[in-house]
Formats: sequence, C-alpha cells, structure tokens
Amino acid sequence: MKKEHNHMKNKKFGMCIDLDKCTGCGSCMVACMSENNVPFREDETDKRKSITWITVYKITNNRPFPDTEVCYMPRPCMHCEGHDGHSPCVSVCPATATDYDMATGIVSQIYTRCFGCRYCMGACPYHARYFNWWDPVWPAEMEKYLSPDVSPRMRGVVEKCNFCYSRYQRALDKAYCEGRSDIEEDEYQTACTQGCPAGAITFGDLNNKSHAVYKLKKSPNAFRLLERLGTNPKVYYLSSKEWVRKAGDNYIKGENPKNIKKSHH
Amino acid sequence: MDSALIPKGVKRCPLPIFILGIVIIGIVLLWGVYAMILCWLKGLNQTNMNDYYGFALWIWADLAIIALGGGAFFTGLLRYIFGLDELKNIINYAVLIGFICYSSALLILAIDVGQPLRSWFIFWHANVHSMLTEVAFCLSCYFSVLAIEYIPLVLENRQIDKIPFFHHLGHNMHKVMAVFAATGAFLSCFHQGSLGGVAGVLYGRPFAYREGLLVWPWTFFLFTWSAAACGPCFTILITKITEFITGKKLVKDNVIDLLAKISGWMLGSYIIAKIIDTIYWATVTAPSLGFNLMDFYKDNSFYGIWILIVEIAVCGILPAVILLVPKFRQNKLLLYTAIILASIGVCLNRWVMVLQVMAAPVMSFDTWALYIPSWQEIATTILPVAYGIILIMISFRYLPIFPQEKELNSIE
Repeated sequence: MKKEHNHMKNKKFGMCIDLDKCTGCGSCMVACMSENNVPFREDETDKRKSITWITVYKITNNRPFPDTEVCYMPRPCMHCEGHDGHSPCVSVCPATATDYDMATGIVSQIYTRCFGCRYCMGACPYHARYFNWWDPVWPAEMEKYLSPDVSPRMRGVVEKCNFCYSRYQRALDKAYCEGRSDIEEDEYQTACTQGCPAGAITFGDLNNKSHAVYKLKKSPNAFRLLERLGTNPKVYYLSSKEWVRKAGDNYIKGENPKNIKKSHH
Repeated sequence: MDSALIPKGVKRCPLPIFILGIVIIGIVLLWGVYAMILCWLKGLNQTNMNDYYGFALWIWADLAIIALGGGAFFTGLLRYIFGLDELKNIINYAVLIGFICYSSALLILAIDVGQPLRSWFIFWHANVHSMLTEVAFCLSCYFSVLAIEYIPLVLENRQIDKIPFFHHLGHNMHKVMAVFAATGAFLSCFHQGSLGGVAGVLYGRPFAYREGLLVWPWTFFLFTWSAAACGPCFTILITKITEFITGKKLVKDNVIDLLAKISGWMLGSYIIAKIIDTIYWATVTAPSLGFNLMDFYKDNSFYGIWILIVEIAVCGILPAVILLVPKFRQNKLLLYTAIILASIGVCLNRWVMVLQVMAAPVMSFDTWALYIPSWQEIATTILPVAYGIILIMISFRYLPIFPQEKELNSIE
C-alpha cells in the first residue's frame, strides 16, 4: 500500500511528440538553446561538435520517387529510466555527476562535478549528450539575453537536455509562495514545447491521469526510440505512418514489430 | 664516464652513443609533451574527437597498453604464486614493461579527461555501479604495486646498493615480493576485467553489450584472459627487440619457451572462449535487440567483417597454434610471428571494443561515424612509447634487469 502511495506521489515527467504535426522547422532547437544558454560558435559546420540539446533528425522511408516520404523527428534527451533508474548514462558515470531523480524521472547533469570522461556519451545510443569542446563565448551584446536561471557550462564537461529543470524549480517556488504544495500542468512546460509553432510537443507528468501526455502515450500510434534495448525512455512519439513507427527501433529481416515484446513502461 | 653506475660484469655502449639515443627519442618525447600541453591549455578541441566519438584513440591506447602490460601480473603470478622459478630471469623486465604501460595509461587518462584537475572526483564521488570507477581504483592500486615491484630493482644499482639501508630494504622487499605479486594479480584481474566491462555493460550499444555473470559481462572475463595470454607475448617481443638492438642474448631459450608455451595455452583457451562469446552474441544477443551480425560490418568504408576474421583467426587461432606446438614455437621465425600477431590481436580487440562501438549506428536512421585522430592525439599517444623507450634504456644501462646476461655474454 505504501509502495502504491509513493508511486502516486512520484512524478514522471515525459514528452509526446506528434511527428504527423512536426514540420522540421527547428523552432524547438532555437527555443531550447535560448532558454538553456546553450553555447554556439561562429563556425558550426561540424555538426558532431555542435551542442543542440534537442536535434531534429530527418528520416525517410528509403523508397524511390514518387513513393518517397519524409518525417522530421525531434530528439531531446530521452530521460531513460532503464531498469529501476539505471539509465544507460547514469549507471556508467564514475563520479556520480549524472543522476536519475526518482521524484521527477528527470536525468540531471551536475556540471561542476563532471570531469569530462565522456563515458556517458559513449553509453547513450541517442547521442543526446554533448561535450563542451570549447569555452562558451557569446557575442557581447547577447550576454544580456542569457537566462539568469541557467548556469552556463565550462569547457571540458558534458551537458544535455534536462527538461528545462530551471522552469520546474521556478514553478515550484511560485507554488510554494502561494501556499500550494504542487504545480499545475501548464505551470511547468519546456521551452521546446512552448516554442513549437505546430503544437507537436506535449509535455507533462506521465503518471498523472489528468495530464495530456498520460492519454497520448496510450495511443496506438505511440512508440518510443530503441525500446528493444531496454532503455525505457520517457519521450514518446506519435505517428500515423507505420514506417515511421518501425524506424523507431531495429528489426531483423522477417521480424514483425507487433510480435516483439518490448520493455514495460 | 658512468661506468661506476653500470652493473658489474656487463658491457654497455659508450656514453655518447647512449646520450645520442636519449636525445633522439627525447625529441619525439618533447613533441608529445608539446601536444599534451596544448590539450591541457586549450582543451580537447585540439583533438578530432566529437560527440559521436567521446571515446577514441586515447582510450584505445589505454586499453591496449594495459593489456600488453598484462605480462607483469601474469608472469608475476606464475613466478611467485605458481613457483615457476625459471621465470625469475624475465620477471624484472616484465615488471618494468608493466610499470611503463601502466604509468603511460595514467598519463593518457590525465590528458583525456575534459577537466583534469577534477580527476580526483572519481575517487571522492565514486559511483559504485560504474565500471570506470572500478578501473580507476584497481588501476591506481596496481600501479602502486608495480612501483613497489620496480623499486627493489632500482635499489640493485651498484651505487645505491652500497648504502646499507637501501641494500637491506631491497633485500627485504624481495622476500615479501610474493605478497605484492599476489596482490597485483588480484588487482589486475579486476581492472583488466573492468576495462572489458566498460564496453560490455553498455546496453544501449548492441555492438558492445554482452550478458554475463552477476554484475560482470562476459567481456570482463575475456579482457582479463586475453591480457594474461597476450601480455607475456608482448614481454617476449620487447625482450627480443632489446636483444636485437643491444646485439646480446639476454634471456635463455628455455625461459622464453616456457613463457611462450603458457601464453599458447592461455591464448588457445581464450580464443575458444572468444569464439563462443562471438557466436552467442551474433546469434542470440544482437538479434534479440534487432541486429544481425552483418549490420555491424556493412554500410561503411572501414569496418568490414575482415576485422573480426583478422582478430579471431589471424591474430588468435594462428598464434595460439604456433605457440602450442613445440616444433613451431622453437622455430624463431614462427615464434616471432606468433608473438607479434598475438600482440596485434589484443590491440585490435581493444580497438574494436572502443572505436567500432562508437562508430556503429544504433538508431535505425543514424549513420556510421568514422574518425581520424588529430596530430595532437597521435603525438600524445606516441609520447608514452618514447617515454617507455627512454626508461628501458636507462634501466637496462644502470640496473641488473636480466640475471642471465652476465652468463650469456661473458666479458673477456
């Protein structure tokens, strides 16, 4: 009974991204960078050194014209729960610089503790973790626009999406000042969710029946990336197209995705 | 000029030639030091690593030299614990090579982390679930053991040995060396294993992931096994190179033959285990995650199935057979072939378990990522080699590393 109570109390923040609505405009990436003081460089041609907490992938059905179809897939950190919070990255960090918060389900990154071994990056199959190869430098006039709630990261440490955790803290502070113990769904929304002009991203508590994500994740069109690996991610995707849902995982020839048992969430 | 420092009864090259050699290798060393300073001052943007290649050339170098340095713990185990007395004639060199390999690994790690001044966090904020934590603890402890094993050898220098305190210290340390050899073997089993575990536990990376026993994936055991098999081969290889350069026979053939035979048994059994592991991974583990074996060896310009064949057949089965058959391993050319192949094989295995893991795509719409190291990465990887050569040169000149040298090279 006690266990059930705790389960009800704990939040599990997650996301549902409707790929049928996503136009691939990249507003989510811009909103994220702006909100989280993500550094950028004058020359960003090498995308594998660019820091983009949320990245929009372009995927296709690999069929020739005129049957070619394209889908844009925004990919934030999946905040994997793994098995009992042993997400791929959290379990490998030697200095406990990344943590799975059982109270929120958010995988955090402690920048001042990370010493830059990058094992977590190797462990993450989604490439959701980024290393600060350079010191962050913003154009002088841009420094005024930096978010005061988010600490910039120094060279030599790993960073990643934290579901705009500073916004969660701000919402909790506000609720506390107003004498409330909890926050409403709309009081804590990520920057990418609010920045999406198509309304493709929905964010909320996956454990809370009144939140939109709770219903969306149960859609027959819902799937998660690389579920077969057992990473147990908290980002769900919605697509009416079967090939898109199939692209979410790997299958050997002749395998029917419907017959594959995936990790329970 | 320095004859008072050279062990009695052995001949060394003239000092100017020795200094010339040190200077030449020293230039290479300084090149590496310059690159190292660049990395420390300017950061890891000096490398060609990127967010796909968080682990790259340096981590491979670390894993490879630790495996090659495995000759120290395994030869120590055979000599002190299993009592194979003949190996006392090569154990000093095995310890020296191990010391060089492990100190080099620690140096590379110090360059490889983004915030080197925070390296102590790995001990202070240790995450007991991380294989890297186990690596850090065991590697540091074992390096201390190797230093303790190397000290008595330094104390045997003619001039140091004249001081009664150091003479007695060296003598007493020799007497308790079995304790350190046992400690070293224990620690080595864990850190060699945990280095294997570093890749094996990555359940988000189907190319690396392995099931296992309790918290240890099969790669844990395979890494220890392969280091015990190939480490002694590397010790023999460096001994033979030293003999070639100095123009002297330093270790009797029966000692080399014994170590080669044991390596053969270890390599033979290891390669059987490796084949079983590969078959299970290819037919059970990977398919359960949605991958066929060939998915890991196609659609890219470098990582073909050849790499698996070379690792297992050419650098595994072939040297194992050579080392196991007395007639083959007593043929010098075949022996050299076997020890070179075994050393390459273990390095290739570490390469695959680091770089191919990073290169292979996991998401169905992702692509292979290939990488070429920058000159700074190459220079800092060569740096430990230069440092190792210099330490061997100095140790060989001034310390009685090879007990059989006098007997095999009598001075008239």
